[in-house]
Amino acid sequence: MNRIVERFAQLKARNEKAFIPFLTAGDPTLAITKGLVLEFDKAGADVIELGVPFSDPLADGIVIQEAAQRALKHHVSLRHVLAMVKEIRAESEVPILLFSYYNPVLAYGVEALARDSKDAGVDGILCVDLPPEEATEYIAAFKEHDLATVFLAAPTSTAERIEIIAKCSSGFVYYVSRTGVTGEQESMESGVRGMVAKIKEHTDLPVAVGFGIAKPEQAAEVGDYADGVVVGSAIVRLIGELGDSPDTALMAGALVKSLADASKGKG
Amino acid sequence: MSEHATSSKTQKHPYPDAKGRYGDFGGRYVPETLMPALQELEKAFETAQEDPVFQETLRHYEATYVGRPTPLFFAERFTEHLGGAKVYFKREDLAHTGAHKINNALGQVLLAKKMGKKRIIAETGAGQHGVATATAASLLGLECEVYMGTADMERQKLNVFRMRLLGTKVIPVSSGSKTLKDAINEALRDWVTNVGETHYVLGTVHGPHPYPLICREFQRIIGREARRQIMEQEGRLPDTLIACVGGGSNSIGLFFEFLEDKDVKMIGVEAGGTAIEPEKHAARFAGGSPGMLQGAMSYVLQDADGQIQATHSVSAGLDYASVGPEHAYLRAVGRISYEYAMDGEALDAFQLVSRLEGIIPALESSHALAHAVKIVPSMDPSEVVIVNMSGRGDKDVDQAARLLLPEEDWA
Repeated sequence: MNRIVERFAQLKARNEKAFIPFLTAGDPTLAITKGLVLEFDKAGADVIELGVPFSDPLADGIVIQEAAQRALKHHVSLRHVLAMVKEIRAESEVPILLFSYYNPVLAYGVEALARDSKDAGVDGILCVDLPPEEATEYIAAFKEHDLATVFLAAPTSTAERIEIIAKCSSGFVYYVSRTGVTGEQESMESGVRGMVAKIKEHTDLPVAVGFGIAKPEQAAEVGDYADGVVVGSAIVRLIGELGDSPDTALMAGALVKSLADASKGKG
Repeated sequence: MSEHATSSKTQKHPYPDAKGRYGDFGGRYVPETLMPALQELEKAFETAQEDPVFQETLRHYEATYVGRPTPLFFAERFTEHLGGAKVYFKREDLAHTGAHKINNALGQVLLAKKMGKKRIIAETGAGQHGVATATAASLLGLECEVYMGTADMERQKLNVFRMRLLGTKVIPVSSGSKTLKDAINEALRDWVTNVGETHYVLGTVHGPHPYPLICREFQRIIGREARRQIMEQEGRLPDTLIACVGGGSNSIGLFFEFLEDKDVKMIGVEAGGTAIEPEKHAARFAGGSPGMLQGAMSYVLQDADGQIQATHSVSAGLDYASVGPEHAYLRAVGRISYEYAMDGEALDAFQLVSRLEGIIPALESSHALAHAVKIVPSMDPSEVVIVNMSGRGDKDVDQAARLLLPEEDWA
């Protein structure tokens, strides 16, 4: 069974919520990213969103833009990311979702990437600038290798679009909690709870919420009604501040633990 | 006027298809947040195309504000100098604000107003699209903010001030290569955040569907006029059309009306920069490969990992890593050929046309002129060429002075 699907099933059986940290692969180095993923696994992460650095990340705020720039300074590519996942698999079974822009995927080749992702031990993929309408072959290719294709739903999505998004998604549906790019915010936009409920009318898949969740209080609030909580920029910002300091894994792990506990109502 | 009003409607054309595709190119690759806005825009545009009041308003402003039709000018001394085909210039440089960009900006800002949007945003490279959008927003009383790379702000200071004078806020973009591509990223980030009340006026025939279609339809007036004008002046269709291609809006605007005329040859001229080597040019067809950038599948300058490469051109308006999807399609089917002109060749044509015709062309348009300099001498004097003078070069004189006379003090 696909590790993402399995993890959500286990969590559901325990009536527990998923915590999903995002980090940019190769920021500051791939060796440190590998250590961080292993640390996040121990700290209670249920799925790791592994950001593939891209030169033109138009859906990202400044924190993740800068992380991608740091990773691209040493030319981190999808091939390197897959090699790193393979190494992680020698030590951990934590579910891993690639989070990419579409052009690096196209350059790699959609079918080749699906095959190599499976070989490396990746469990699914989300392309932030690939709407389901353009994804027919992509969905087929990843499905063939039992990999999840996660699509985004947004505050602007109509019922008609939510239906398409739900149908094309596997693993879970990712709800973007605000109209905007990735980044931290002081408080959650209103209406998130209602939209999560609306998405659930269209699908039995778990619904995870991300974009703008930065603090344990917010994670706890979202964990109350969503099946999963995604935090990106707050973690990436800390990694950016710590860089290659010997404390990076430990301190980022502590942040992930506090957010994971809060998401699961143990905060 | 009435002739224009009827012919301006979207004629049924096989491309783009319902998914915004031009063969293998085009489409709509954006984050989900923008998908509903693009669908809304597509519907609003379709309605406006069929709305006689909207069309009449657009024609009214085109005639009384933009100054259309722009002339088709026989460049007699340039023709004599080259000693081949007769060369005409389509004088988009005489349109209000000094370039063809106003055609699209005015149409889109009118559309935004009709859609009830309160705020306009745009990106700009050379500054011409930014100035055109600022102008249209001023004319129609909408708030306007323009994103511009700091490298472009440096080389186009005059246009930055023009936008400010027009009441527009110019927002500097210092990420990435600090040029057009990065300004588009930032404009898209703004649009994702403020999509409800904001219309994004994308300045070229690129981006997610329906932008390439909308921009093409608002620019088609160039070719529609040129076709009528050449029939009046020469009594026949031209043999060759030449236009520069950045995103590709002035070229598609001139070419589109002649696509069905199989004997009319069309050449798009890209920016060859200093060399066709990575990061030294913006000739996507010469040095790029199929890929997806900023919403559309097309040709892209990228490395083996799909990272977008930096570009270079003496002309800020051609300095972009991708090209309109319809161009990629028309090249694939062999209808249009694409060449490139180097920085130096463009600067030579810039000076030549200034001296011979008393017209200072934009550095963008100078690329098209440079190609005319290459091919016209070997053409027959009975042949007729139209070069799209897409913009005027006033904005470029400061930069050109530094490049051409570096020993003099231009501070």
